[in-house]
Amino acid sequence: MAQQGEIVTLAHGSGGRLSHELIERVFRRRFDNEWLRQGDDSAEFRIQHSECRMAFTTDSYTVKPLFFPGGDIGRLAVCGTVNDLAMKGARPLLLSAGFIIEEGFPLADLDQAAGSMAAAAAEAGVSIATGDTKVVDRGACDGLFINTSGIGVIPDGVDISGANARPGDAVIVSGTLGDHSVAVMNARHGFGLSGDLASDVAPLADLVRAMLGAGGVRVLRDPTRGGLATTLNEIAGQSRVSITVEEPRLPVRPQVRGACEMLGLDPLYCANEGKLVAVADPGAAGALLAAMRGRRDGRDAAVIGTVGTGAGVALRTALGAHRPLLMLEGEALPRIC
Amino acid sequence: MAQFDPDRFRDPALAAGLVARIARLAGRPAALMEVCGTHTMAIAQHGIRGLIPASITLLSGPGCPVCVTALADIDRMIAIASLDGVITATFGDMVRVPGSAGSLGRAKAGGADVRTVYSPLDALAIAAANPGRQVVFAGVGFETTAPTIAATVLEAERDGLGNFSVYPAFKLVPPALEAVLSGAGAAVDGLLLPGHVSAIIGTGPYRFIAERYRTPCAIAGFEPLDILEAIALLLEQRESGRTGIANEYRRGVPEAGNPEALRLLDRVFQPVDAVWRAVGALPRSGLGFREPYAAFDASRKFPVTVVPAPEPEGCRCGQVMMGLARPDQCGHFGTSCTPSRPVGPCMVSSEGACAAWYKYGVAA
Repeated sequence: MAQQGEIVTLAHGSGGRLSHELIERVFRRRFDNEWLRQGDDSAEFRIQHSECRMAFTTDSYTVKPLFFPGGDIGRLAVCGTVNDLAMKGARPLLLSAGFIIEEGFPLADLDQAAGSMAAAAAEAGVSIATGDTKVVDRGACDGLFINTSGIGVIPDGVDISGANARPGDAVIVSGTLGDHSVAVMNARHGFGLSGDLASDVAPLADLVRAMLGAGGVRVLRDPTRGGLATTLNEIAGQSRVSITVEEPRLPVRPQVRGACEMLGLDPLYCANEGKLVAVADPGAAGALLAAMRGRRDGRDAAVIGTVGTGAGVALRTALGAHRPLLMLEGEALPRIC
Repeated sequence: MAQFDPDRFRDPALAAGLVARIARLAGRPAALMEVCGTHTMAIAQHGIRGLIPASITLLSGPGCPVCVTALADIDRMIAIASLDGVITATFGDMVRVPGSAGSLGRAKAGGADVRTVYSPLDALAIAAANPGRQVVFAGVGFETTAPTIAATVLEAERDGLGNFSVYPAFKLVPPALEAVLSGAGAAVDGLLLPGHVSAIIGTGPYRFIAERYRTPCAIAGFEPLDILEAIALLLEQRESGRTGIANEYRRGVPEAGNPEALRLLDRVFQPVDAVWRAVGALPRSGLGFREPYAAFDASRKFPVTVVPAPEPEGCRCGQVMMGLARPDQCGHFGTSCTPSRPVGPCMVSSEGACAAWYKYGVAA
């Protein structure tokens, strides 16, 4: 229950612990049902009188600046929702798109964002089948907000959920961490960091299809807001297992690591928009990794850790020290000195 | 300049060598204080405590700029932020630091125009873009940050930006170290001195520590090997009895510091008595505006009055910052005080000791 005087702050939208609390305290309490309780990126449901399993998800997109190296809000809005479907192992079919546009917004920018959406949809093999447009007073939104919802079909025999990790399983990431956060922050604040810093925003449905073909995949999750650390904590919690991550095995591009060190950010808590975390049968991990690495969108894939009994996520550092790896708390803020 | 390669400073074999060197010197227990919040974070992040012998205790010092900002200063910044027509520009950390009632973040959610910036020059750009409004920069930081802000003030003067001002809550590191050593803080066997601050002030301002207090000192960088080597240097000084200012961070800290930055600092600011949060007033431990730049002083421009308020009940931030308590010895730690709902500033800042212990799950 909300207490008198409590307000929503930006930290509630960080994807970390406060976001989880907000969902539990308001939305889970008000909407509770069997689909919501699955707790995955998409809700899985069955069409009546049919064996066909579907996945259904929605997400809203706000980003500053709207256009950044590697992508823009349009590409983000398609890829984010496609990826949430893919994380159930679903083949994405159709998307809806809702636009909230601020009075005075340049039509050319809107057209450019829509063009990016069309290109990303083609890349992902989905169609934007329905949509809605609202224009609000100047100041009532920041340029352009986009909401997309998506539905997809879960192929027979595919059972992917955050609750499926088992002790002994291998933990895999599909590529380098932190690229999206650092590129957007650099573009937003004009840090002037050189080196090619570009968002990784990309649809992952094809990669997932290849992974399902290789076999052994039990959990898929895309480490967006809150980063890898938060995602691993979600998986450990949902599956009631522990996870140990080996720091030296984490793929982080040197320029991203350098930018993070300078700004006091941790790549493990930075958002990714074109990467996934997989938990897989250890016997199948080798073939799975080979299948991923054979593709452009999985070429930096790496086994980063293992699942164990117990609870929580731990990190073994490069120097051999162990420490807990906790969920993101509040917002990730750069330091002062 | 060749690109900095952090892996060179995280080499497990070199680390093992340093750990062995430390172990040989750790027969007698030693309490070492890391003065800088960035060291506190690095020690927790890299699990340094788990690598060195248990006889070596690492204590946090008064080196987190957000943490040491007096409650009354935060309350005044919030009061100024809430005035009509004011835009407050601040580094991100300050947004969530609790004052006696609320924070800048809370004021923002309630309608105040509070903007996070990454450089004081961003605040100047906001002032230029909003000539009809007053832009106040929350001036928090040590010797590292203050020269950039002095340069910003000079630029504002040059550009004739009369709607820009800075609320000065800057702090100086050496007076705080003197306070620790003269009895306000824990008894320490060595000081791990801050690399960034020293890059500005050089080694000279620390000499009194070795001369008057005979306490071993080492300036250190922020990579795990930097910190391990500095620990070894401190223990070696203790062993030999020859105390001095060892400079482990020669790649970043020249003996004379950064004369250009010091000139800027001295032109705009002068040392003033300052109140450190939960510690109290320390003579000549802060920076105030020199008279020619008084027009840029937000504390004079907006003379708000705030009701003196006590520190949050049970909060031990003051003792934590002076090495007198570990974060986990505070009754609020991890229960009623978390980074999401901080009681004291040490849990907010990305350089705060409590935040470091919480985030990286440090156990005593």
